[in-house]
Amino acid sequence: MRRLLPFALLVLLALLSGAASAKEAAPTAEDVVVEKRMVAISEELRCLVCQNESLSGSQADLAKDLRREIREQIQQGRSDQEIMDFMVGRYGDFVRYRPPLKGTTLMLWFGPFALLLIGIVVLVVYLRRRSRRVAAALPALSAEEQRKVDALLGGTEERQQP
Amino acid sequence: MNRFLLPLGIFIVLVAFLAVGLNLNPREVPSPLIGKPAPAFELPQLHKPELSFAPKDMLGKVWLLNVWASWCVSCRQEHPILVDFAKTGAAPIYGLNYKDPRADALRWLKQYGDPYALSIADVEGRVGIDYGVYGVPETYVIDKAGVIRFKQIGPVTQDVLEAKILPLVKELNK
Repeated sequence: MRRLLPFALLVLLALLSGAASAKEAAPTAEDVVVEKRMVAISEELRCLVCQNESLSGSQADLAKDLRREIREQIQQGRSDQEIMDFMVGRYGDFVRYRPPLKGTTLMLWFGPFALLLIGIVVLVVYLRRRSRRVAAALPALSAEEQRKVDALLGGTEERQQP
Repeated sequence: MNRFLLPLGIFIVLVAFLAVGLNLNPREVPSPLIGKPAPAFELPQLHKPELSFAPKDMLGKVWLLNVWASWCVSCRQEHPILVDFAKTGAAPIYGLNYKDPRADALRWLKQYGDPYALSIADVEGRVGIDYGVYGVPETYVIDKAGVIRFKQIGPVTQDVLEAKILPLVKELNK
């Protein structure tokens, strides 16, 4: 009897864990497809409760409800775009991780490139002015100095030859 | 001297942007529903579940829809303000009891007072989704034509009530 007790406990545990996982509903082939689409859509959406998490990763109550909503809409045969519009209609563009391109988001989309362009222009202008300033600041070489430079440069060339 | 002016100018602009940006509340997402008709629904009333309520019953009146729940901590913070507001009779407040077991909700109202003309039970939170609710409490001001005119995300404070909600209700009632 004593030997049987641990065994009975194990069987009981196995049964219990089976019951617990059964609660999550056994996935069917169709569910897998729906689930995949649901995850793909919800990864594009922001959870508004914990704003740095996607809807797919969040454990917030609202995120669970919204995932349920998306799942149901997929089962009703609505397209990804329709589901996206449903979310944006209720929570605004902020709910999307990829904001749409429109008047109010122009700065968001092109601001960084504009800043980069301004930076490049400033850099080029600065470098050009500087090189002109440096050239102007150097006194011109006299004929004697020029001859020495030529001799030195020529000399190195000669030395390089075997 | 001149060569410091440009960097200083850029620095000041940057500080101004940061000062404004850091003082914005990222939790307050502007609702796309403002200026749009309040989403239709029909839900049982909290006190009398056999009766239902629909926003179209309220056409012709300016009213407030306050989303609340007994599990919501900041609802307790705004509650006395709503109770006082209800006493003034400026506009009726309807409560959307969001994802709350009925018994808890009823007990909560008994304990803290009931400012609502009536409460509606949204047990599954579906109407909440239609209204773009993401942080209880939320309060909507809906005009005579059934259009949402204002949304307060988070607790209604005395300041918000006096500066925004009361003037708006007065104007809409004209």
